[in-house]
Amino acid sequence: MATPNIPLWEVFIRSRNGLAHKHVGSLHATDATLALQAARDIYTRRGEGLSIWVVPSNAITASDPAEKGMMFEPAESKIYRHPTFYDVPDEVGHM
Amino acid sequence: MATASISVSETPLVLYLLRRADDALILGHRLSEWCGHAPALEEDMALANMGLDLLGQARELYSYAAKVEGKGNDEDKFAYLRDVRQYRNLLLLEQPNGDFARTMLRQFFYSAFADLYWRAMMKSGDATLAAIAAKSEKESAYHLRHSSEWVVRLGDGTEESHRRAQTAIDDLWALTGEMFEADDSERSLIASGIAVDPATLRSRWLAMISDVVGEATLALPKSDWMQQGGRSGRHSEHLGHLLSELQSMQRTFPGATW
Repeated sequence: MATPNIPLWEVFIRSRNGLAHKHVGSLHATDATLALQAARDIYTRRGEGLSIWVVPSNAITASDPAEKGMMFEPAESKIYRHPTFYDVPDEVGHM
Repeated sequence: MATASISVSETPLVLYLLRRADDALILGHRLSEWCGHAPALEEDMALANMGLDLLGQARELYSYAAKVEGKGNDEDKFAYLRDVRQYRNLLLLEQPNGDFARTMLRQFFYSAFADLYWRAMMKSGDATLAAIAAKSEKESAYHLRHSSEWVVRLGDGTEESHRRAQTAIDDLWALTGEMFEADDSERSLIASGIAVDPATLRSRWLAMISDVVGEATLALPKSDWMQQGGRSGRHSEHLGHLLSELQSMQRTFPGATW
């Protein structure tokens, strides 16, 4: 089951109208057309989706895990950014 | 073989349904043989998915055949308790998987036909068949899409993949004519609007596959000599071996369930 030299693709599925495409996994395929078909065959077998995106994995620019202190810790101490310091009137309903 | 085969009352409609059900079961079983052996995990899943589509078609057709026949047979008995000579599938579909190119060319030739066939059958005068056709057509359309993409990539790929794809075409070609044949039993159903005449699909089929084969830089054989026999139970030596595996559990442990 080795897949030498076959490009890796990231797969995004939108499960319903109005929702965003969500990352579900990755796969190997030689080109975009076969990647889309493989995504259909691997990730939508149980009716998971209405729309598929495939993106070459090497097109993704990722943050460096080693920099997570600098990148993410400064946000942890700023609880005032969460909208939890006021009451929502009942009349507003579900937000 | 510990369990005797069933007998089937092959009225025209029962025979017609069994022929299509056998097509789906036998090709579906062939595809299932790839499970765990395909060139890549992605294609392993694709082949299994197509096999499961076909198994689903077979089950609906067998169940309907059992209902029409009304002799106490059911989908399992049709699948597990008929002998090789009672099977009515196309010779093309019982051919061994061979290499990946052969499996894909077999799928391509059949799916191109099945897509046209089921689309036409959506207008069948038989409401159950029309409903089965509506479901099967979407499945066949995808099988055709998938196998077409592979035929192009194999034919227009490397020297080795081109050679294998062309060999598969040359070897399987004489088995494609049977798809368009109809005997007297089927003619009565065609006349009454229950079945479509497969011969009317041939020119569109040829145009579809010629486009893909051309894009794949492959060539169709000039020969128009075609082998027949599957529809009347005269099979290649391969079907008996396939059935001995497919039926072994029910023949050895009659009525076993899980």
